[in-house]
This record gives sequence, structure tokens and C-alpha cells, in this order.
Amino acid sequence: MMTDTQDRPGHGRSILRFAAPQVFYPVAGALAPWFAGLAAVLAAVGLWIGFFVAPTDFQQGEVYRVIFIHVPAAWMSMLIYLVMAFWAAVGLVMNTRLSFMMAQALAPTGAMFCFVALWTGALWGRPTWGAYWVWDARLTSQLLLLFLYLGFIALTQAIEDSRRADRAGAIIALVGAVNVPIIYFSVQWWNTLHQGASVSLTRAPSMASTMLAGMLIMALAAWAYTFAVAFWRVRSLILERERHTDWVGAELEAQEGRA
Amino acid sequence: MMQWESWSAFWNMGGAAAFVWGSYAVTALLIGAELILVLRRRRDTVRRLLRLRRVAPVRDGGRRATEEIFE
Repeated sequence: MMTDTQDRPGHGRSILRFAAPQVFYPVAGALAPWFAGLAAVLAAVGLWIGFFVAPTDFQQGEVYRVIFIHVPAAWMSMLIYLVMAFWAAVGLVMNTRLSFMMAQALAPTGAMFCFVALWTGALWGRPTWGAYWVWDARLTSQLLLLFLYLGFIALTQAIEDSRRADRAGAIIALVGAVNVPIIYFSVQWWNTLHQGASVSLTRAPSMASTMLAGMLIMALAAWAYTFAVAFWRVRSLILERERHTDWVGAELEAQEGRA
Repeated sequence: MMQWESWSAFWNMGGAAAFVWGSYAVTALLIGAELILVLRRRRDTVRRLLRLRRVAPVRDGGRRATEEIFE
């Protein structure tokens, strides 16, 4: 069995103690329902603003209301990939197994948001551009992101030995991360059919404030949802990987009646 | 109902109902499916590991050959 000392309990009050799967497992279990509740409340508020408070767009009419899921999903798909790459890098450098598990727990949710961004983009593109799909830089690099997610998931699941799977996945996560700034800046670097950023840190947003509020609240909802689902998923991964330990034995006994 | 004259106007989305609701419906379905899969994975993992322990109790922290059967 693995004998890393870094991610075993015993770091006392150091923040590193949370890198121990045994310590993180109950923390994730305690936090996940709060993030799920937060996501539900934020989504309810965001959808209310999106459908009942935000005005009709003077150019696009009502179809623009796709924005309240399209933009948050696109943002999350990019952010989750960067977070995966971050955990992959931490895992490679610090040799902490929990980092790799976190990366793997995030991937399916990232892939889901990536698909949602593409799907809603297609349904938005048809009435506004006249096409479900065009091979412009923004759409093509976002499609590549979906393939990177699927490649990461397929690779980490195909390799039997978990240490090798972790390392192979980490390489995809790190190499693929180069694609994320390409997606983000594609609308500036190339002439794309896709519009430029509606929200930027350096200038006033080019949309009504209620539209912006609805979009940002939906983005926070997507963020909270990601935390909840990734925490639930990483708990199963931890049980799998730590199944030979006494603490997992005790946890399984405790769950026996409920499973 | 600040933006809409009636519920039917709301559902109609200015003629873009298929595009708007098609976006929201698929997103809701995927989120629902992901939640079900995550909870089911948890249940299956606990069940499988419990069964594993019953067949090959782990006392010395070692890996048992019988484990492979269930993987």
C-alpha cells in the first residue's frame, strides 16, 4: 500500500492536514449539502431575475435569455479546467493523492458545463446568426475543451493502476490548460462570429444591470453546484482508494444500515 | 410578472420558445442526471466495498487476491 507521509494525518494545525483523504472526507461531506442549498437558492433568485426582472433585449428580443445559463456554463467549463490543472500540478509537485482525486472529481462536472455551453450556444446561434454551428475560433476551441475533458475522463478511467492514471491525467490537464486562455481571448485575437466579452474588469459591462445581475448570480449558483457535486464525488473516490484502511472500514460499517 | 402580459406570453418567449426552453430543459436534465449518478455512485461504492470486506476481511492492510473479482 502507498506510504506517502505527506498526506497522512499528523500535520497538526497546518493547512496541509486537509490534504489527508481521511481528514478531508468528513469535511467534504459536511460542506456539500450547504453548497447544494446555496446553489439552489442562488439559481432560484438568478432565474427569477433572468425571466421576470431583466428587460427584453432591444436587438434580440427574448431569445437572449439563454444567456443566463450559457455564459455561466461557459465560464465554469473554463474555470473548472484551470482548477483541475492546478490540482494536477499540486499533485505532481507535492505528491498528494487527494489533489489527483479532486481533479478527477471535477472533470465530469466540467464536461457537463462545457456541453451545456455548446448546446445553449447552438440554440442561441440559430435564431441570431442563422446557424447552429460555425467553425469560428471561439466555438472550435470550446469544442476542443469538451474533447479534453472527455479525454481526461477516459484516460484516468482506462488505466488500472491509480498512480499511473493520476499522472497520465495530470499531463492532459496541464497541457490542455493552454486551450483555456485561447478560448477566452479568441474573440479578441480572431475575427469571430461570436460576440466579444459582455463583461470585463476594465470597462463598464455592455448590458442592462438587471441582466448582468441575473447572469452573475447564475454564475455563483453554478460555482456552488460544482463544489457540492465535486465534494460528493470525491468522497466516493476516497473510499475506493483508501479501502484498505481501518478508517474506511469503520465508515463502511457506519453506512451499512443505510446503503 | 413584470415582463410578461400573460403566462402564455411567458411560455411563448416572443416566438423563441424552442430555443430558450430547449436550452433550459437540457441543462436541467443534465444537472438532474449528474446528481442521480453521483448519489448512485456513492451507494454502489459503499455496497461494493462492504461486500469486498465480507469476502476478504482486511486485517493487515494487505491486498487480497479475491478483491480483483469485484473490481
